Amino acid sequence: MSDMWRPTATLATLKARAAMYSSIREFLSSRGVLEVETPLLCQSTAMDPFLDSFPLEGKRYLQTSPEFPMKRLLAAGSGAIFQISKAFRQGERSRRHNPEFTLLEWYQPGYSLSDLQAELLALVGELMDVFETEHALDKVPQCFSYADIFESVVGLDPHSCGTDELASAAKRHIDIVGDDITRDSWLDLLMSHMVEPEMPAGLCVVTDFPLGQAALAEVETDQKGRLVAKRLELYIGGMELANGYQELIDSKEQMRRFEADNNQRQSLGKDVLPLPMHLIDALAEGMPATSGIAVGLDRLLMVLMTKDSVADVVSFPWDRA
Amino acid sequence: MAKYSTNEFRSGLKVMLEGEPCAITENELVKPGKGQAFNRVKLRNLRTGRTWERTFKSGESLEGADVMEVDLQYLYADGEFWHFMDPHSFEQQAADEAAVSDVVKWLKEEDMCTVTLWNDSPLAVAVSNFVTLEIVDTDPGVKGDTANGGSKPATLSTGAIVRVPLFLSIGEVIKIDTRTGEYVSRA
Repeated sequence: MSDMWRPTATLATLKARAAMYSSIREFLSSRGVLEVETPLLCQSTAMDPFLDSFPLEGKRYLQTSPEFPMKRLLAAGSGAIFQISKAFRQGERSRRHNPEFTLLEWYQPGYSLSDLQAELLALVGELMDVFETEHALDKVPQCFSYADIFESVVGLDPHSCGTDELASAAKRHIDIVGDDITRDSWLDLLMSHMVEPEMPAGLCVVTDFPLGQAALAEVETDQKGRLVAKRLELYIGGMELANGYQELIDSKEQMRRFEADNNQRQSLGKDVLPLPMHLIDALAEGMPATSGIAVGLDRLLMVLMTKDSVADVVSFPWDRA
Repeated sequence: MAKYSTNEFRSGLKVMLEGEPCAITENELVKPGKGQAFNRVKLRNLRTGRTWERTFKSGESLEGADVMEVDLQYLYADGEFWHFMDPHSFEQQAADEAAVSDVVKWLKEEDMCTVTLWNDSPLAVAVSNFVTLEIVDTDPGVKGDTANGGSKPATLSTGAIVRVPLFLSIGEVIKIDTRTGEYVSRA
């Protein structure tokens, strides 16, 4: 008989997950954030060219995050909300990925991105206390702008340098196979292969992303007069744990980005997706200025329990599901 | 040959990279949450045995390599080629020095070997983890000294030189671990 019926997480880890969920719920409820539930099977889905939803017969998509319906709740006047939900991303399997995973996502109307950053760090700090996380994780994060951390490792300004400069910097250090790599993909390559391994072992917050990586974030001018995306990522030990935005609330700009996403999808030979019109309509009706963030809870549990692999913290990973 | 995309890369898959037949040994997805995915791949060049590390943009593909492993019996060497035979079909294969260089000192006539064929010709030869060979030269045996772990060099029938316990003599047959090149026991 094969062992594949067995769970890969220990009972202690399953209990830790339950404890993590109750701590999160307690933390957010005590701050007046309402727990909500939104559909996982929707008529539209994330448009990002590098996110692949699972499509279902009858034109429904398993959601890659609960972002769109949660924003519709915000536009309908929900106030601060959070959700712990499953999310699905096709093809994402590795030590740090499972195609079905768990996200904590929350939105705080009226918060700036730095307000939300402070709340995120308070939550992570509290969880580290509850779990008495063994390894010497400094709860005081090191904070960098994307430009600063990128330039300190790669030696190029990610906002202004040319695509050819990124390509030759990458090729000096990485044996890369494949062409037609866009400027943003070179940035992703250098970030994931060179910058992340150099990140501190503890908490590391990166903010102010290059425009091409704005996704659903507002764009602002930084102190050096550069246009940057108001986006933040939390890393622990170089592993991406959370991704937050000062949310884009302009429906016309949102529409423009969705159409650009579809154009890029087409040029990549991927399916063109139905425009998320419910979200566009909600933004047109008016969503309050909001910061929002998604936290990968499987990875957070890996950090809290000092586990190496996502398989250690989920009951049944993809190949046993 | 079929083409394989990065999401089909599995440990053991044989592919062509830069004109060389390789076996994939590791394939790790590296993907920023919203960004371009890459696959960090380790491949063993089947000709040289060297490990290559390459990063592929996810979705890239490689041509499969026409590589297979067969169990063949070693027959003899003629000075230029080492000849092997399939004991069922009696079909013979001639391997050049590059293919046998790693294992030539353990090759004993009639032993079964695993031969990697690329486009139907031998690319690499692997011997069993353990082989038994006769000592053809060593210093005289020291009777009784079986406990104290002293050792001495011994030349085996294939020309290999290994360290053996002092009590062994010429003509004895011993078992060798080919992975470490170390003496295991009397055969």
